[in-house]
Amino acid sequence: MELVAAIVVGGLFGAAVYLLLWRTPVKLIIGLVLLSNAINLLIFLAAGLTRGKPPIIPEGSLRAAQAVADPLPQALILTAIVISFGVLAFTLVLFSRTFKTLAATHLDEMKTTDS
Amino acid sequence: MKLLLILPIILPLTTAAVGLLCWRSIRAQQVIGLLGAGGLLAAAGSLLHGVWQNGPMALQLGNWPAPFGITLAADLFSAIMVVLAALMGFTVALYSLATVDPRRVRYGYFCFYHFLLMGVCGVFLTGDLFNMYVWFEVMLMASFVLMALGGEKEQLEGAIKYVTLNLISSAVFLTGLGILYGMSGTLNMAHLATVLPQSEHPFMVTTVAMLFLVAFGIKSAVFPLFFWLPASYHTPPVAVSAIFAGLLTKVGVYSLMRVFTLLFMGDVAYTHTLILIIAGFTMVTGVLGAAAQGEFRRILSFHIISQVGYMIMGLGLFTPLALTGSVFYIMHHIVVKTNLFLVSGVARLLGGSYRLERLGGLSLSAPGLSLLFAVSAFSLAGIPPLSGFWAKLILIIASFKDASYLIAATALLVSLLTLFSMTKIWAAVFWGEPAVAADPQPLSGRRRAALYVPIILLALITVTIGLGTGPILTLAERTADQLIDPRAYIRAVLGSVQ
Repeated sequence: MELVAAIVVGGLFGAAVYLLLWRTPVKLIIGLVLLSNAINLLIFLAAGLTRGKPPIIPEGSLRAAQAVADPLPQALILTAIVISFGVLAFTLVLFSRTFKTLAATHLDEMKTTDS
Repeated sequence: MKLLLILPIILPLTTAAVGLLCWRSIRAQQVIGLLGAGGLLAAAGSLLHGVWQNGPMALQLGNWPAPFGITLAADLFSAIMVVLAALMGFTVALYSLATVDPRRVRYGYFCFYHFLLMGVCGVFLTGDLFNMYVWFEVMLMASFVLMALGGEKEQLEGAIKYVTLNLISSAVFLTGLGILYGMSGTLNMAHLATVLPQSEHPFMVTTVAMLFLVAFGIKSAVFPLFFWLPASYHTPPVAVSAIFAGLLTKVGVYSLMRVFTLLFMGDVAYTHTLILIIAGFTMVTGVLGAAAQGEFRRILSFHIISQVGYMIMGLGLFTPLALTGSVFYIMHHIVVKTNLFLVSGVARLLGGSYRLERLGGLSLSAPGLSLLFAVSAFSLAGIPPLSGFWAKLILIIASFKDASYLIAATALLVSLLTLFSMTKIWAAVFWGEPAVAADPQPLSGRRRAALYVPIILLALITVTIGLGTGPILTLAERTADQLIDPRAYIRAVLGSVQ
């Protein structure tokens, strides 16, 4: 299970970087989306996959009777998903506005602030 | 007392919220923006005072004991950074009254300005790595909006470069964070500092350290990750450039210094030597880039890069004296660099352009401004007795003591080239024939005050640091001691848990 998940995460990272290296804005944004998803899965995987053991502590006791899944990574991922969603929404609007204003379709056309 | 830790976060939040409520009135937003920044400065000052008196402080949010909850913690380094952020926040807010047009204020300039300050203070005060990521995002989001607000062609283009590279940097940060949690099971920095030395996989810790180096390296614009900075910092209104130049890259430097003094201490010979090499290249490429530019703010932008090299040079040498130099350098740099950007804005108002070839003769029409520029520019280049001289002197003495002659020579050479750049600006902007197209708009008395008071204030601070070095040096020394030996910080955060 871990191996499959690791390969999926690696594939997502690879695809994301590949798309980021293109010079078209749409691919750049899809690359950023894939990147944030790859990282979310990575956090999930790095913290350890535990199946079918919900982190529920029985009533009256202070700690779980057996080893349970770590709930913290899920909280971290949830936060990261919300943040990346907001940031990507902003990025989409920024890109669409920019390319309308500049009448450009290609990132190579945006060189005026570089020199 | 511990409430002081949360005030620098709550005050900007409240200011921004109240500002949003009065979005109809430009006057009200300006007044609230300035008052909020003043309050932040007072809170930051008392925080520094408290930390100086009582040592590092920590506040467990929601009363969850560390390392299970989120901790806010401040040692001297955090407190100094918060004070500097608040000082820049106040002076640039004052300057914004005169330079930011009503349309931008109507669209929430001051609100996002305070959200930015909240994010910056949050990064400085948090004791938890994931929380630091969240504050980074708060800060970035606000800076994205400030960068693009107004929607001018150049601004949007600069914003795309700025946004994309900063998003990638955050992604790398989050990756490192995830792996670190998988290895150690904690994200509380003080707890990590006690757990990581016992790690079973020291090489993995170093790998994660490299991820953090890349992430914070992009944010602090070190070689070879700085290209977003000179492509974007000269595009927004000058007040935005000034606050970005003063604070944002320094947030990256702060994070680098925090994690590479507290967490990643397992393989200092490798990691810190790498940082030292990066520092050297950063200094040289930044200053050479500046020499090739012909636009006021782009020259200053490249100098930010070169100066970041000096700051992390102290981290790379990693001796108490070198860290003292770094802390001193950060204090000096934030004040001086912000001030130079403020001066460039006034020069633009008087001369009508940022291009050096279109400016000229300002020493005749604005002798006061020329003097103020000279103070900051000479301080940046390191002419005694201004603050930059002492900052560089400490770093160079530290590198000699460490027998790192190459980096000392680099630092001296770069200093000389900085002087060259500053002289170039001086000759083109302040000497020479008055520019042909100069059509200075008459400034009203109040507007003139809002422009000049911040510049005079910051120039006075530069001179004061230069002439009264003693107390500042003591402060920097104690800060460096706390960084080298973080036991007090760890004890403040973890308390009896340890």
